[in-house]
Amino acid sequence: MDAGLIRWFRYASPQSFYPLAGRMLPWFASLAALSAAAGLWVAFFVAPTDAQQGESYRIIFVHVPASWMSMFLYVVMAGWAGLGLAFSTRLSAMMAHAIAPTGAMFAFLSLWSGALWGRPTWGAYWVWDARLTSELVLFFLYLGYMALHAAIDDPRRGDRAAAVLALVGVINVPIIHFSVQWWNTLHQGASVSLTRAPSMAATMLAGMLVMAFAFWMYSITAALIRVRAIMLEREAHMQWARDLREAAA
Amino acid sequence: MSDPSAGTAFGGIVRRDLRLAARRKSEPLFALGFFVLVASLFPLGLGPEPELLRRIAPGVLWVAALLASMLSLGRMFAADYDDGTLEQMALAPVPLMASVGGKIAAHWLVSGLPLVLVSPLLALQYGLPADAIAQLMLSLLIGTPALSLVGAIGAALTLGVRAGGVLVALLVLPLYVPTLIFGAGAVDARLAGLSAAPNLSLLGACMILALVFAPLAAATAIRIALE
Repeated sequence: MDAGLIRWFRYASPQSFYPLAGRMLPWFASLAALSAAAGLWVAFFVAPTDAQQGESYRIIFVHVPASWMSMFLYVVMAGWAGLGLAFSTRLSAMMAHAIAPTGAMFAFLSLWSGALWGRPTWGAYWVWDARLTSELVLFFLYLGYMALHAAIDDPRRGDRAAAVLALVGVINVPIIHFSVQWWNTLHQGASVSLTRAPSMAATMLAGMLVMAFAFWMYSITAALIRVRAIMLEREAHMQWARDLREAAA
Repeated sequence: MSDPSAGTAFGGIVRRDLRLAARRKSEPLFALGFFVLVASLFPLGLGPEPELLRRIAPGVLWVAALLASMLSLGRMFAADYDDGTLEQMALAPVPLMASVGGKIAAHWLVSGLPLVLVSPLLALQYGLPADAIAQLMLSLLIGTPALSLVGAIGAALTLGVRAGGVLVALLVLPLYVPTLIFGAGAVDARLAGLSAAPNLSLLGACMILALVFAPLAAATAIRIALE
């Protein structure tokens, strides 16, 4: 077999992935911190004040990347979960499990920042806009995934059951999105729209992209920290974890 | 004796579950009673203005039907899981999907179809006109199988899980969103003088999609629960 291939599969076992994740962590963490600092600097000091919305528009630098991440992370989570289900690889299921709380956090952050932005802009914290509603449903899908995993005592069984749920959810997310969008246009018309400003200043777009990059790096960092904890917790009885404990003691 | 085909397994399980439901007379009626009761609570909470009630009727009746269908999900696999029948089904030389399909069909016949049949009475209480009542029945007829199918996934995933009843609601309700939107939307459209056909077609599409994927997902979930 190809030597390169073997090298990659080596990291599918928690024993060898644990130290690798530990080595990667500082890089992703510092990239996250640096790009978040740069993005926030652009957001607060460089980007111009919006002609229509004033200063309150600046929340999009958090809001839009958070929404992107919440949707993207669900797909990533379902991908890992599907891999774990298909090949029974321990690490894939652990990765899916480690990503879920970060995704839920971003979904919540997106809803929360959206509400704060909506109050000055629309005059209401919440409107039954299509995107808000499908984001809310996505948040519930994350909660369902985590609740199902937490309710099953055997972690391996929990992994597999939650994986089925994640895959069902990933088929449903587009259906839910389009049904909600359609329901929204039927019920209240296009009185409020998030897509009103197609022309966006280049600095605004740049700030948003830098923030999106920061959220990516943060997600990887958080997932790696969490997956390391999960690996230690589940494999505490294994020799490599014991060795690690002795080395630390 | 030749091996039983998937079709005979499906039919046999439908017949068995219907017989079991018929012998436990009261249980299948719970969902129906819940449906009627929830639908009657709304006018008490909102006031009896006919105009308001007519406007909210499609949504209220659909939400009530959805909750009633969800409440009976716990019954779908739990008893067979507890006494080991489900394990025998998984070991049988027919695809587990066929047996699961039979159980889903029986669940719909016992707790979905009665909702469809009773809905005209509730719609009359809400003062819906005759053609909207017909649309409501039609949308429930297409939509409740989708609820049973999607619900089966939740029921199978929560087998033998602590607080499964509450958990199944958290898992299944977000997945019910499209069915609710298109189902209630069909009746709404008719009330507004529009054609209900687009909503009904999309509802049918949801149902067919659920028909294709849900038995597979539920069977996978049952195998995981039986490990």
